Amino acid sequence: MMRTDYVLLVLGMGVVTYIPRWLPLSFLSRRPLPQWLVEWLDLVPVTILSALVLPTLVTTGDPRHLQFLQPELLVAVPTFLFALKTRSLAGTVVVGMLIFWLADQLL
Amino acid sequence: MDSNYVPKETKNSIVRVMDDGVKTAWPICLGYVPIGLAFGVLAQKAGLRPSEIGFMSLLVFVGSAQFIAVSMVGSGAAIFPIIITTLTINLRHLLMSSSLALHLHRLTWSWLALFAYGITDESFAVNLTKFQNDQWDLQRALVVNHASNATWIGSTIAGGYGGQLIPAGALGIDYALIAMFLCLVALQLRGPLYVITAIIAGALAVIVSLIVPGNAHIIIASAVAATVGIGLRRSGGFSPNARK
Repeated sequence: MMRTDYVLLVLGMGVVTYIPRWLPLSFLSRRPLPQWLVEWLDLVPVTILSALVLPTLVTTGDPRHLQFLQPELLVAVPTFLFALKTRSLAGTVVVGMLIFWLADQLL
Repeated sequence: MDSNYVPKETKNSIVRVMDDGVKTAWPICLGYVPIGLAFGVLAQKAGLRPSEIGFMSLLVFVGSAQFIAVSMVGSGAAIFPIIITTLTINLRHLLMSSSLALHLHRLTWSWLALFAYGITDESFAVNLTKFQNDQWDLQRALVVNHASNATWIGSTIAGGYGGQLIPAGALGIDYALIAMFLCLVALQLRGPLYVITAIIAGALAVIVSLIVPGNAHIIIASAVAATVGIGLRRSGGFSPNARK
């Protein structure tokens, strides 16, 4: 039903996707970790999140270039302030969507 | 919602676990719908049938890698380059999985194996925050993973069937994931050290993203910034236990 080539491709993709997710769990969660690693991993979440989100706010296009005057960044300011104030995930998502939609209507 | 008041038997009942999990997962599910639909449409344009689209979403479950893979399929690339590209895109999950591992001690291989399947940028961010702040456990985290997984698979298949019919940008839904990530960053800023490290990571990510196409900037900026952060902490400027 599905083409053989395609099945092979997806199986291969599945394997290389699964391994980076699986390796650290199997290695790190079952033995005590050195303190430097614990501290390093403690900082990793904030760095990953920041590295994930900031480029989406200030760059755009293909090839990527800087673009400060885009709605994503402008809307991010009140959204982020709201998040800092309320610390509510659901609230921030709703507020962010609303402001973004409004910005879309007005611009 | 003080869970201290709940007797132990009901705290871990299936209903409670599913309820907590879904309540936590819904922003991710919301954000996945437009992206999943868009992916389905693209995949269909590249010649994939809905069953094939669903198969990929089921086995791979990564938005960015699937998008790139599909455009490579559409332009006739061979299997091996696509697989290598997928691997490079997903390397950042090594870091995410490592951070999660801190909270998943003493679990059996089979649970870990199941959990590993569902680690994505979004489920990582949400589950990790919950592990840090609330009484979170593997079962709830699994619900988050699989609820978002199901939504992803469903929306990609739906997109394959006819996503072009749905208007784009309805109700600002395209911003759901960005808003989610912004809040999660805010929740991570537990002290000045975290703020500075976040700024370094963000700035570095922007610079690298302009030079290197794709997602490499995430893992590069993150690893470097975390290392710099450790250096700052060790140099004595910040108390290692600064928690707001």
